[in-house]
Amino acid sequence: MQILKVKNLNVKIGRAPILEDINFEVNRGEIVAIIGPNGAGKTTLFKALLDLIPYEGKIIWKPKLKIGYVPQRLDIDIDLPLTVKEFFNLRDSKISDAKITEALDYIQLDNSVLEKGLGEISVGQRQRLLVGWSILDNPEVLLFDEPTADVDVYGQESIYKMISHLQKKFQMTVILISHDLNIIYKYSNKVLCLNHRNLCFGSPELMLEPNRLKDLFGEEKGFYHHDHKH
Amino acid sequence: MEAQTLQLFITAIFVSISASLLGSFVILKKMALVGDALSHVALPGIALGLIFHFNPFYGAFAALLVAVIGVWMLKYRTNLPLDTLVGIFFTTSLALGILFIPEPDLLEIMFGNIAALSLNQAIISIVISILLIAAILIIHKKLTLSMLSEELANSIGIRTRRLEFIYLIIFALAVALGIRFVGVLLMGALVVIPPASAKNMVKSLFNFMLLSVIFGIIAAISGIYASNIFHLPPGPLFVLSSSVIFIFTLLYRWFKK
Repeated sequence: MQILKVKNLNVKIGRAPILEDINFEVNRGEIVAIIGPNGAGKTTLFKALLDLIPYEGKIIWKPKLKIGYVPQRLDIDIDLPLTVKEFFNLRDSKISDAKITEALDYIQLDNSVLEKGLGEISVGQRQRLLVGWSILDNPEVLLFDEPTADVDVYGQESIYKMISHLQKKFQMTVILISHDLNIIYKYSNKVLCLNHRNLCFGSPELMLEPNRLKDLFGEEKGFYHHDHKH
Repeated sequence: MEAQTLQLFITAIFVSISASLLGSFVILKKMALVGDALSHVALPGIALGLIFHFNPFYGAFAALLVAVIGVWMLKYRTNLPLDTLVGIFFTTSLALGILFIPEPDLLEIMFGNIAALSLNQAIISIVISILLIAAILIIHKKLTLSMLSEELANSIGIRTRRLEFIYLIIFALAVALGIRFVGVLLMGALVVIPPASAKNMVKSLFNFMLLSVIFGIIAAISGIYASNIFHLPPGPLFVLSSSVIFIFTLLYRWFKK
């Protein structure tokens, strides 16, 4: 079942075109990875998908779809006076403890994290927490903006495992931005290569061919090739 | 205690509560200096009030409102950093204020004078403070979330620009109220120091807001009390009490580690 169709999407910021003529579709239960160099318009595409910025063209979501969003990072101090529990309550002050425990369970965090400060826990824990926060409302689609940008390699792997687990368990659809081609190859069903324009859209095997990557990133990323001949 | 003194205490407490609560979010947003500088923008409004003989509070509020809306609009139109815009508004208004405010009044406006508070003014200040406190409590969760991440707030349907606008109006009102007590130059201290002190001691948002308010109240009471005893102007003492509290919380923070 199709849940998102993007057709002839154009976004300008000021006079500069950021996205030109973007087209793709997403079906229920897919994990779609968006890749592209810095400044390619990946985050802008997300903002358009979330209807936060003006755009031309069509973005058609399945009606009454609940969308969860996980930002790249929270820019906060280590001593931010806000506990993890309070962070959950910011979303919904009447949320039950059982519901919070359930969410923590999905993201494999212990209940003891609730009384800790949001700035105090590790970056990896915080990214998991953001995932937990975004699934509180049982969304059908999750948008991840480079969820592991600040996380070390082990943390990244475990976050992607968790995403993949959630997706299987709830038949959730996941659209994610990532730089890590290995991860994309491992977990995604579809890849959208973006560099202001939609350079390719299809299965990861097809899209991560070295020539395509060269088109997208320039020469230097070609060496990733060997990782994909499994 | 005389009725006049009691009235002063109660008004100062309410004004201080609204300033501290507002300040909690100035601190959360890491805008201590911006908030401080912005509070000086009231000066030309007060000057207009004095020249044309209307209540300087309205002048101060109008000037602050123009400045915060101006800053808000320019921020979104020009993408200039907030501190640059505030810096320009602040120094421009200081220059205007100093040119136009009659010299005998200048000192009072710079450093406040609560002794001159009438019963009517006291009641108005208390009522506005209560409204401000209620408004901040109503929006505080949305405000906190939008300070953590604008996109995250947007994604659950919070209209962050409108929220920021409401917050700036609250800022203008709270600052206009406080200026009578501590003056234009010291107003920033009333907003910034109590929550900055609270932040040294707590981990949760609830305790942070509560402790900011408590520190604000202690500073108000001890400042006015000390001014009665030593026959010194209350504004600076108000602020100095806050600073003393801050030093204690800083020691607490060090020893805790």
